[in-house]
Amino acid sequence: MRSQWETVIGLEIHAQLATKSKIFSGASTAYGAEPNTQACAVDLGLPGVLPVLNEEAVRMAVIFGMAVEAHIAPYSVFARKNYFYPDLPKGYQISQMELPIVGIGHLDIDVDGVSKRIGITRAHLEEDAGKSLHENFHGLTGIDLNRAGTPLLEIVSEPEMSSAKEAVAYMRKIHELVRYLGICDGNMQEGSFRCDANVSVRPKGQKAFGTRAEIKNINSFKFVEKAINHEVERQIELIESGGKVVQETRLYDSDKDETRSMRSKEEANDYRYFPDPDLLPVLVDEDFKAQIKAQLPELPQAKKQRFKDSYALDEENATILTSSRQLGDYFETVVKESACSAKICANWVTGDLLAALNKANLEITDSPVSHERLAGLLTRISDDTISGKIAKQVFEEMWQSTATADQIIEAKGLKQITDTGAIEAIIDKIIADNLDQVEQYRSGKDKVFGFFVGQVMKEMQGKASPGEVNKMLKEKLK
Amino acid sequence: MYNKTIAELAKSLRSGEFSSVDLTLAFLDRIKQHHSLNTYITVTEEQALQSAKAADLRLATGKAELLTGIPMAQKDIFCTEGIKTSCGSKMLDNFIAPYNATVVDKFNSAGAVMLGKLNMDEFAMGSSNETSYYGAVKNPWDTNTVPGGSSGGSAAAVAARLAACATGTDTGGSIRQPAALCGITGLKPTYGRVSRYGMIAYASSLDQGGPMTRNAEDAAIMLQTMAGFDNKDSTSVDLPVPDYRAGLSNSLEGLKIGLPKEFFGEGLNSDVAATLEAAINEYRKLGATVTEVSMPSLKLAIPAYYVIAPAECSANLSRFDGVRFGYRCENPADLTDLYTRSRGEGFGKEVKRRILMGTYALSAGYYDAYYIKAQKIRRLISEDFKKALSEVDVMMGPVTPSTAFGIGEKIDNPIEMYLSDIYTIAINLAGVPAMSVPAGFSEGKPVGLQIIGNYFAEDKLLNIAHQYQQVTDWHTQIPKGFE
Repeated sequence: MRSQWETVIGLEIHAQLATKSKIFSGASTAYGAEPNTQACAVDLGLPGVLPVLNEEAVRMAVIFGMAVEAHIAPYSVFARKNYFYPDLPKGYQISQMELPIVGIGHLDIDVDGVSKRIGITRAHLEEDAGKSLHENFHGLTGIDLNRAGTPLLEIVSEPEMSSAKEAVAYMRKIHELVRYLGICDGNMQEGSFRCDANVSVRPKGQKAFGTRAEIKNINSFKFVEKAINHEVERQIELIESGGKVVQETRLYDSDKDETRSMRSKEEANDYRYFPDPDLLPVLVDEDFKAQIKAQLPELPQAKKQRFKDSYALDEENATILTSSRQLGDYFETVVKESACSAKICANWVTGDLLAALNKANLEITDSPVSHERLAGLLTRISDDTISGKIAKQVFEEMWQSTATADQIIEAKGLKQITDTGAIEAIIDKIIADNLDQVEQYRSGKDKVFGFFVGQVMKEMQGKASPGEVNKMLKEKLK
Repeated sequence: MYNKTIAELAKSLRSGEFSSVDLTLAFLDRIKQHHSLNTYITVTEEQALQSAKAADLRLATGKAELLTGIPMAQKDIFCTEGIKTSCGSKMLDNFIAPYNATVVDKFNSAGAVMLGKLNMDEFAMGSSNETSYYGAVKNPWDTNTVPGGSSGGSAAAVAARLAACATGTDTGGSIRQPAALCGITGLKPTYGRVSRYGMIAYASSLDQGGPMTRNAEDAAIMLQTMAGFDNKDSTSVDLPVPDYRAGLSNSLEGLKIGLPKEFFGEGLNSDVAATLEAAINEYRKLGATVTEVSMPSLKLAIPAYYVIAPAECSANLSRFDGVRFGYRCENPADLTDLYTRSRGEGFGKEVKRRILMGTYALSAGYYDAYYIKAQKIRRLISEDFKKALSEVDVMMGPVTPSTAFGIGEKIDNPIEMYLSDIYTIAINLAGVPAMSVPAGFSEGKPVGLQIIGNYFAEDKLLNIAHQYQQVTDWHTQIPKGFE
């Protein structure tokens, strides 16, 4: 039944820009300070104060625009969006309406191995509001204006996603990108990255959009997926039971896993946008753009291709290693510092290292194992000092300590035994002890070979080179 | 001593004829004596005496500026740290500003002595000073008449010698119209010349602070301190500030004066017209040539202004919501009640009228017809000014259609009140500077001559006004009872 319906999704993502000070004042944007300690006269909207634009926010918006190959407006205008709310000190939010700084661009996403291009309608600069605190005030509401005036980049997509999965892929890709560009810390718990989803359904094949509902303020990938899926279900059920979707703003309740109506179109504010007379138009000239272009880091897409071309990485490793700038940098440093092949370096970074980081809930920048130490370890694999298996053991030791791979190998006596005489003696002993298995192998049961390898390695506490053991075993078992 | 100009006072303070403390005490005494004019909302006696003492010390070191020790007063629209800044409104009756406006900082560092905060129309909305929460100001020339507005307290205080000079702000004529009605000199600088930081906004794209003084030379002295780029105001202009007194004595030989024919048509009181004609004749004698110019879009100025200014004010005044500062209603039932009653009770009638007009003009479906159209008119008016000022050096005309009107005469007729700014409003829309200079009397009440110049030509305006004041004595007249 569901297959008769088609979903249309557009996202509005709010990314908090990682500027040191606010978009229109000199107050700090750091998170977590005591309420109202990071709100100056301008943020409080005191009578007589005036906004002054933080150029760093403009620079970051332009960086984003370039990364999504968007049109950068040479002339953009701040407008006042008028509405009353206690955590909106001036009674209007300074935003951009008719003339945003970033125009039409696009971003490619991958879902189930299929690439899809999602259009970006625009991205504009605006100030964040403060926070209303409803707890611990005995029936009153507390207002914390520390966040008021924090710069936001609102990134609006075209309604071109057709499933919750695509929406999540798009949101993740933007999340990755803004962090990669260093313009947003992407911290979703602190609200640095959040989105509104516009969701509608229509009968398959129909061109016209169905009536949409906007789900506000979703702050996790999981919730985006759940909220959209839930909303799609709700709309289809509604239509199929003879009802009509109304245009409205809805709120996703993650506790109950449902969306509920906040306000209908009729109750919607008339924001009475008009150009803010306190601010001059933002002019971005070719010089400024060229300057930013020159400072622009290699973008994930280009870097991925380069990783595939110059390091011979597969799609998966290349994708993972270019998902964050720091991870890519870490990988490339390890390649440079170790004598190991890029492929092994990639497998280690995306494998053991990332697994350990994920388990410990750490970012690559906080990795207990530095690139130098990892490179030292991988060098010992490539020069056959230790086997890959022993290396895993060494890595675990390194994770717990600050010792280098060499120090651990030395201290624990993990050096690979390269003395063929010693290996040979053990092989002979294993063969002598397991004549039945020797018989089986010789009669064509190849699988038994693994048994011999295992026995030898066990006897040698993993310190023999697996290649050498294989070679010698094959010879002896002939 | 209170009859002296700033320039004269500066000399006396240096010669030791009297001290700043003596002078300040004399003014404070006069303020008490003429309390009934209602020019001051707040008198800062203690701070004034402290500043005067500090000024006397500074004068003694020889490091004083012209304004050091000069008792002046601030329009109550400029934020003053630790001092009530009411903007003439009940809404801010309890508001002690926690910071200084840039203009206030500049006067403080020049060593000027602030006597207090001057009465004004509520949030600078009005042309008679009758919309003030603190009551109407009386015009010292005839206490049954208004001093004009919105800087009515400033104009009346300077005219009545209750301050050596005062600041004003001008959004549609609020410096020039009261200056004209009170017989003093007032200058509205080019938009962007004086910082708006800390000057409570009425209509941000039109508001501009400026000097209100006894004569042009004093205006030059005040503007010297007020003008200049401020990195806290994005709309202030980063251009060097010329020495405004340097060119005061320049000859006016060959000066080209344009008279906009639209300024001298119907609606202008014939007695005022005759007074202005006489003033313009003085300029002919000083060597100027006079031609007629035309500004066809001028008739659209009032309608355009009464869309743009209310639109901007409707947003500017949203911050007065009873949440963080200012008036808050008693026992609000809920958030909406808090908003509606705080604003309903805190704002006066004229302010509410303009907020409503502006909200309406910006509403969905009306925006293009009102706001966008008004912006187009504004451009046409600017073009008119640019064209006219490319043909002549300055333009001259009336400041107001008539002399000071009676208290209560127009307050219930907003349209008629708005029309009293008919000759001043277009200047704000264009952003050019203009002055009001005392040019004579009609039935014992002052008449002002308006001089309009090109962008950043304040020095030229001051020179032209000063030369006129060298051959006339209208600006030295003192209202009866205030000698």
